[in-house]
Amino acid sequence: MMVRLLLWVLGAILLGGIVHLSTVLAMPKAANQDAYSRLTPLTPVNTMVALAAPTAQASVLPFTDPAFATAVCRYDLSDGALKLNAPVSQAYTSVTFYTRNSVAYYAINDRAAGRRAIELDLMTPEQHAQVPEEEDVTAADRLIIESPTATGLILLRALAPEPGLMPMARGALAAAKCQIGPVQ
Amino acid sequence: MRLLFGSCFTLILAAAIGLGATWLTITRGIAFGALSIGAWTAWPKSGSTDIDPYARATIARSGELPIGMGDGIAFYARTDDLGKPFDGRCTYAISGLTPAARYWTVALYDRDGRLVANTLDRHVFTSEEIVRDIDGSFTINVAPRARPGNWLPTGGIERFVLVWRLYDTPIGVATRTTKEGPMPSVTRKNCS
Repeated sequence: MMVRLLLWVLGAILLGGIVHLSTVLAMPKAANQDAYSRLTPLTPVNTMVALAAPTAQASVLPFTDPAFATAVCRYDLSDGALKLNAPVSQAYTSVTFYTRNSVAYYAINDRAAGRRAIELDLMTPEQHAQVPEEEDVTAADRLIIESPTATGLILLRALAPEPGLMPMARGALAAAKCQIGPVQ
Repeated sequence: MRLLFGSCFTLILAAAIGLGATWLTITRGIAFGALSIGAWTAWPKSGSTDIDPYARATIARSGELPIGMGDGIAFYARTDDLGKPFDGRCTYAISGLTPAARYWTVALYDRDGRLVANTLDRHVFTSEEIVRDIDGSFTINVAPRARPGNWLPTGGIERFVLVWRLYDTPIGVATRTTKEGPMPSVTRKNCS
């Protein structure tokens, strides 16, 4: 009797392990409150939109750094590659690319970009393969980023080193653009 | 009959174990590859495609966008140096050294990642605006009531989280020792 019960419990633990692993793996697909879902009603597709500064009452995304001005481009590459152009602010500017499921697959800051503006082409691996070889070479000073998913998020952030500089940071983001267009 | 009872028991127990374990790991924010320095813990891999399934599930549920690896790193603290959970009715002194970084910020949130209401509308300090001593050292007072110097208000809430973010920093996946990344100490003072 005891042996039999032990066997049942052992079976339950094994099965429980499978349930645990499969629910953890399924969570990113099943989540309806992830960053992309939260931003969908606020952001038109393939457009750079400034996010409201987080306050104690409302924050679009949890754990947002309040010292930064933030803008989001919710992208969909199914109609072609995306061009991103973001002028850098006086202090610190960064661009981070996320997949549909919030995985950060690429990030670059103003110093690494090394120019007055961060300019990038975002495309799917298939679109990248179609870019003619020589164009790829002549466009060597233009960064090409491959997105693992057709949809995702670009987060553009500018630091306000002190609260009084927040308008400066927001102003720098206001000039940023993301749009579908042919690669030049 | 016994077989039916046994399999029902097993299935229910399996569901309870499996879902319970998932709920626990995701609400606690368990992930692999943690980098702990004093009271501060970061998960450098969460900002890259090497993110593990537990961290992926946690951010999918919370809605957070983890800081990207080429951008910086975020250290979370939920306790003081002695491991005692933060209490918003107490005063904490944060002082010491910070790792090399172009900029850093330290912000205070409630457990769900929301900012905490306070009279000053002060939620964050950056490395540029902090008031320092002559030797460049600094102390941040995390306290429910106004303090001289760098006061980061807790709003008197019961539990809070501090997030120290370093931007443009060599600290990351390759960081092993606390010598490479000295983080400020978190000391509990008096409680009201």
